Amino acid sequence: MSRQIEYRDALREAMSEEMRRDPRVFLMGEEVAEYNGAYKVSRGMLEEFGPQRVIDTPISETGFTGLAVGAAMMGLRPIIEFMSWSFSLVAADQILNNAPKMLYMSGGQFGCPIVFRGNNGAGGQLGSTHSWCVESLYANVPGLKMAIPFDPYDAKGLLKTAVRDDNPVFFLESERLLSVKGEVPEEEYLVPFQQALVRRPGADCTVVSFGRPLYFCLEAAQALAEDGIECEVIDGRTIRPLDIETIVQSVRKTNYCVVVDQSWPFASVGAEIAAQVHERCFDDLDNHVARVHADDVPPPYAYNLEQEMLPNARKICEAVRSVTYNA
Amino acid sequence: MSTITTRPAADENLAAKLPDETLRKWLRDMLLIREFEVRTMQAYQNRLIGGFCHIYVGQEAVAVGALAALEETDPIITAYRDHGHALARGMDPKYCMAEMFGRIGGCAKGKGGSMHMFDKPHHMYGGHGIVGAQCPLAAGLAFARKYTDEVIENRASTGVAMCFLGDGALNQGAFHEAMNLAGVLHLPVIYVVENNGYAMGTSVARGTTMAHELTAKAAAYGIDATSIDGMDVMEVYNGMKPIVDRCRRSVQPAFVEARTYRYKGHSMSDPRKYRTKDEEQQYEAQDPIEKLAGFMMSERKFAEADYDSLAKAVRKQVREARQWTDLSPPPDIEELYTDVYADAWGPYHGTSLPLMMKETQQE
Repeated sequence: MSRQIEYRDALREAMSEEMRRDPRVFLMGEEVAEYNGAYKVSRGMLEEFGPQRVIDTPISETGFTGLAVGAAMMGLRPIIEFMSWSFSLVAADQILNNAPKMLYMSGGQFGCPIVFRGNNGAGGQLGSTHSWCVESLYANVPGLKMAIPFDPYDAKGLLKTAVRDDNPVFFLESERLLSVKGEVPEEEYLVPFQQALVRRPGADCTVVSFGRPLYFCLEAAQALAEDGIECEVIDGRTIRPLDIETIVQSVRKTNYCVVVDQSWPFASVGAEIAAQVHERCFDDLDNHVARVHADDVPPPYAYNLEQEMLPNARKICEAVRSVTYNA
Repeated sequence: MSTITTRPAADENLAAKLPDETLRKWLRDMLLIREFEVRTMQAYQNRLIGGFCHIYVGQEAVAVGALAALEETDPIITAYRDHGHALARGMDPKYCMAEMFGRIGGCAKGKGGSMHMFDKPHHMYGGHGIVGAQCPLAAGLAFARKYTDEVIENRASTGVAMCFLGDGALNQGAFHEAMNLAGVLHLPVIYVVENNGYAMGTSVARGTTMAHELTAKAAAYGIDATSIDGMDVMEVYNGMKPIVDRCRRSVQPAFVEARTYRYKGHSMSDPRKYRTKDEEQQYEAQDPIEKLAGFMMSERKFAEADYDSLAKAVRKQVREARQWTDLSPPPDIEELYTDVYADAWGPYHGTSLPLMMKETQQE
């Protein structure tokens, strides 16, 4: 049986089911308990699980992320909510230096099974400090995994997988998707990591993205189809581990590739995927891989500037047309 | 509402009531750390140990006395001057030495080095290289002990976590955030500041406010604070034991300043130009090993010959640790991609346990 639920409710169902299944799992973060979540993701969880397992923290990201590292080393499985991934920068030493390296530095003695989750990407005129897209910044670090859910189905299925993973998982949600509704089964299911999904099949150009920009990709694919260009839109789902095989198989079929990544272009996830596609599909490509990114500037406040800065359907259409001109 | 109290060190001499056996063990542990560190310095000077290396000589009484006040299963964590804590907790010196030599037999298979001593069987959670970064982890250790008891085992909290830090860490945000969290979440964690007077080359007075009364740092968080003499192992125990007991009973944090001194530089490359030879000699004159040995010779059945045989035994133990290290090979290249992730995928091999864990668990 399936029903339509919001992305935020899918996230909550994943956390609640995992907390019912495993008493070592707890939720901690700013406003997660008594306030019911800054974005109502954890609504009702305090009532069900009580204050020992759904724990409000002060605004103290270094403190509570470090606490999670210590707790995970002792065998617990924390879920840490960042109100925004923008605020995770304050906790950089704990989430980048400690969580992903502890297993290695301790020679296999202490792992850190922690899910760090929260809103990533521009929320809507929040300005430079609150609009971080952290995927490229953090994906550089070995030892962590990174998942980006596109719809309610994946929000639930990927988050449950993240909670069961024995490594730190950076789980990047989107404020702009929290109210999106989608089909979610009532039965339990998991979405495995490193398994990309073809969101729209097509034979003319492969378009790869993660999370919210996929909506712009699908919008662009619709518009291009009217001109006879059929895009194959691939949702990578996880950046670490990356399912490059699904992307490569598609590019071998279409011979063209556009990567859409909402973070900045320099040294980015988009650049990495383009490089890997070039390495593996050199003889299959009929043009270089094109990339659509946020513009290489701090996120502006003004509505028109922000819209222009982010990836959008117009830019994706332009990129697809430009690489496939010789098709 | 917490009451803010700054407690004086205990006036009851609990240590003096302990059996000969216990004091002998403390003396042996302090001698072992000193001998181990002397051999470490020699190996470093001979370029057998790489990277940064921080020597614990002078501060032995703090680790030995403080850990004596804990249960063996209480988790501990420290900063990068960590050899002494590892040895005092019971790590076989051969694993500690091999770690610094970058050998597979090291406690972390040679992947951690001097600053990252981890020992799961002895509940030691590192060895941490970034100043103050271990403080929030310690809150997490206390949280996990309490959570495991109360939520999973459905019983009253039984544990205490102990976090060692240097005076330099007092000025890091991580320390203050951890103290605040320990306070608001009622976590049984004891922050033990080993105030050796210097954060690298910056004297404590140049680096922090209220340097003459560091317990003031805890008052802001409503946390009980005590200042103790870290150059006397019996005083350390006398101060720590009631704090540990209270912390465990009340499920609340505590803060302790142990006033101590590192005889050597911040690291092996430090020429110590920021302090005088007079000052160094003044502290060396109140040496913690000589102090305990003196007490035992005057108050207990303990003769010069007993001291000599202890000293001889630790020299032998460290010599054997060094020989064992020399026989332990460097890690196989396969280890480069092991322990990055707990599971195997892509180029990663998953994880495996160090020899120390296999051997220690068999014991």
